[in-house]
Amino acid sequence: MSAKTLYDKLWDAHVVRQEDDGTALIYIDRQLLHEVTSPQAFEGLRMANRKPWRIDTNLATPDHNVPTTDLTGGVASITDPVSRIQVETLGMNAREFGITEFGMGDIRQGIVHVVGPEEGATLPGMTLVCGDSHTATHGALGALAHGVGTSEVEHVLATQCLIQKKMKNMLVKVEGQLQPGVSPKDVVLAIIGKIGTAGGNGHAIEFGGQVFRDMSIEGRMTVCNMAIEAGARVGLVAVDDKTVEYVQGRPYAPKGDDWDAAVTAWMDLKSDEDAEFDTVVEMDGSKIEPQVTWGTSPEMVLDVNGIIPDPEKETDPVKADGIRRALTYMGLEANTPIKDIPAEYVFIGSCTNSRIEDFRAAAAVLKGKKVSDKVEQALAVPGSGLVKQQAEQEGLDKIFIEAGFEWRNPGCSMCLAMNADKLPTGKHCASTSNRNFEGRQGAGGRTHLVSPEMAAAAAVAGHFVDVRDYL
Amino acid sequence: MEKFVKMTAIVAPMDRANVDTDAIIPKQFLKSIKRSGFGPNLFDEWRYEDVGEPDSDNSKRPLRKDFVLNQERYQGAKILLARENFGCGSSREHAPWALKDYGFDVVIAPSFADIFFNNCFKNGILPIVLDESIVDSLFDEVHAQEGYELTVDLDKQVIVKPNGETIRFEVDSFRRHCLLNGLDDIGLTLQHEADIKAYEEKRKQTAPWLFAGK
Ligand code: SF4
Repeated sequence: MSAKTLYDKLWDAHVVRQEDDGTALIYIDRQLLHEVTSPQAFEGLRMANRKPWRIDTNLATPDHNVPTTDLTGGVASITDPVSRIQVETLGMNAREFGITEFGMGDIRQGIVHVVGPEEGATLPGMTLVCGDSHTATHGALGALAHGVGTSEVEHVLATQCLIQKKMKNMLVKVEGQLQPGVSPKDVVLAIIGKIGTAGGNGHAIEFGGQVFRDMSIEGRMTVCNMAIEAGARVGLVAVDDKTVEYVQGRPYAPKGDDWDAAVTAWMDLKSDEDAEFDTVVEMDGSKIEPQVTWGTSPEMVLDVNGIIPDPEKETDPVKADGIRRALTYMGLEANTPIKDIPAEYVFIGSCTNSRIEDFRAAAAVLKGKKVSDKVEQALAVPGSGLVKQQAEQEGLDKIFIEAGFEWRNPGCSMCLAMNADKLPTGKHCASTSNRNFEGRQGAGGRTHLVSPEMAAAAAVAGHFVDVRDYL
Repeated sequence: MEKFVKMTAIVAPMDRANVDTDAIIPKQFLKSIKRSGFGPNLFDEWRYEDVGEPDSDNSKRPLRKDFVLNQERYQGAKILLARENFGCGSSREHAPWALKDYGFDVVIAPSFADIFFNNCFKNGILPIVLDESIVDSLFDEVHAQEGYELTVDLDKQVIVKPNGETIRFEVDSFRRHCLLNGLDDIGLTLQHEADIKAYEEKRKQTAPWLFAGK
């Protein structure tokens, strides 16, 4: 038997049927549902008089449209009628089809990509889909996970399968040890800076090497979350003891004999020693610095001590044009040091960085300090009700509040302009989210992607700074 | 999806070129969480005197009497006769959803926009491309004769006129197969139901925890 990559193993274990033209029918073990991409899928089922193939594989929670302020009014407290209808519809569909939903007000409600792993609903070796591109997050647990469209959501509901073609294998290998103050977010931003937003197109990326072995599961999720920003629908990290330890005891995790059998099976979820990858990228982890994006694509990223590029010095006319357009949108001048960019808004949250570790890391920077009065709003938004609870038990909420942050309820919040939390036109935001596209956080808003530590330090300084000076 | 084999129905003439998806279903209706119920808003701007909103009661809105679908003689039409480049504009799947929901099963035109053309098949609508000259003569006949009906036989790939004349049409064999058997992508996958079940049985042995419920 020839050597296999982790992706090969996960794929092979889920092929229901293989056609001659390379398409395959792939079995899906878990589907996560949220309010934006599921309504027409349920409607489609209803119109065709179909039932979900396996109800117990689905788990729903609203996140994109959920307000992060007072939630005591429940769904009715959503003022935007379109948002409210979407959230209500998810609840109605879940009830009609008998699907478990963590609705508004449930302590387990939150961003789907935080909720899945937290509940143990994401397990190593699974195939998992969700109508959301950041589903790649779940690959951190050695699951084959990727985003799908609404028609595919319906397809999985009805058949428990997806029609797919196999992707290519890419290995991103980062060896060495990270410097203090350098986080998983910096690692993934540095990777995207190196390979570009199309670098992973058509590939499943496995993140390997000492840096990822040393990384916590939360950190691995941050990295896999942004695989899609490097063009790859799938990000993966091999299973190890940390993975098993993370999963153990979670509500949906296997129990008893099942647990022992599962752990044995999961230990094989790594690429064989001599497995071949179509593409290999190698980086030295000890050289990665804290990162800040300056433009309107995640690949427009620099070390915090960097200087914004000059389109006049760019020889490729297409790239020069891209830089010019980004600078205009961002309201920035070429050759400006990153550290001179103001941080008028600060957002710590999103499925990239809203887990307990992220708040611990940010709180360590904020402790005993105040948010600069140049900052107009600083938001801390936990990824789920349980993350919020845990943070409060650790007293982290107090650190944020005393520093001048607003401590909010779980949801996607200012990651995207779909709920009430929006970045105003022209304002610069230090954001721990994953996309800095034009208008992503609000029409005309200017996003700078950073780690939670870097966001906290920027909040204190009122502009971007090297967090290592604050530790 | 329902099977489409052969049907006979009244033909409604949509005598303009480049009918875009925004005309087929205006954008204020896209916020809907459904893919049914778009029928009353099909061609909304042309059909009603006022501007429709998603929450309007369509039965109370004033109709434009001269609009083709509002005319008595075209009530119950299931075949839409159209001009070139029908369905251009955005890729919204709401356009075929609206046509289907209104009752159209067939659209005949000299040419269609690509994405719309594909979206039709996915939603159980048969788009038929015919020579411009044939479409011209069909328009003449539809206008001339009240109650004009065509028979569309997908199995034989012919259209039969009231006088018995036949017009042959081409259709992709895979798409034809799907429509004849009422198969959408889901329907196709469900043809492999036995394979899926066999996979599940095997998987229950090797990974029982994935079937433990909860
Ligand atoms: S937090 Fe942002 S990226 Fe993540 S699911 Fe929500 S909107 Fe999407």
